[in-house]
Amino acid sequence: MRVPIMKQRDVLIASIQDSLTDADLLALRDRVVEQVTRFRSRGVILDVTGLDVIDSFAAHTLSMTAQMIRLRGAQTVIVGIQPDVAIAMVQLGLTLLGIHTALDLEAGLEYLNTVAKRSRPNAR
Amino acid sequence: MPVDLRIPIRTDADIVRARQEGRALASEIPFTSSDLTVIASAISELARNIYSYAGQGEIEVRLVERNGRRGIQVVARDEGPGILDTALALEDGYSTAGRLGLGLPGVRRLFDEFELKSEAGVGTEVLMHKWAR
Repeated sequence: MRVPIMKQRDVLIASIQDSLTDADLLALRDRVVEQVTRFRSRGVILDVTGLDVIDSFAAHTLSMTAQMIRLRGAQTVIVGIQPDVAIAMVQLGLTLLGIHTALDLEAGLEYLNTVAKRSRPNAR
Repeated sequence: MPVDLRIPIRTDADIVRARQEGRALASEIPFTSSDLTVIASAISELARNIYSYAGQGEIEVRLVERNGRRGIQVVARDEGPGILDTALALEDGYSTAGRLGLGLPGVRRLFDEFELKSEAGVGTEVLMHKWAR
């Protein structure tokens, strides 16, 4: 399944609508990192609302994606982790260490705007 | 005991199929929705282990009953290289494939009963149960 990636000014929004195979997750990682470079994006929102399960592979791939995006100078926020998925992740011992998470798209955008203001103190 | 669900694992798409069909079967008994996600997550990890380490194998899921309690039995079976040290494989943080190594110890925490049998060169079988509350 190909995940749609939308560009909203300098933020990319990838909305995962359905469960993904390992290959789909890796393809998403590569496309997001490529588009951050192409569009000079400052932020990426990975909306995982549609993921039925975040297992060790998915958690690892999401962490890797965020690290790669950071190396390109942009910020990543993961939004939409479902309550049941969060419960299973904690029991499995999975963490998304060093990645900012937010409740939903709105909260994710708010976070990216706050970060942007902080890094440009004179911006109006 | 009849098998309610048997899914061959040969591709990464089979991992998704196994966890979705396993979850659908488990939803026939009164598991909470977070239990169902936990079951799907555990099946996903086991199916991935089969795919990554053995190349192929199968997942079996059964609805079971014991002492008046209903539950689910999951068997993950392959004829892969086997696990040399099963005790070590169940320690948090251990992995031979350079991944996170959270698979088996995590899965064991998710289920009520967990049994791992493995023989080098013969294969691996994981048998586990989770009971509805």
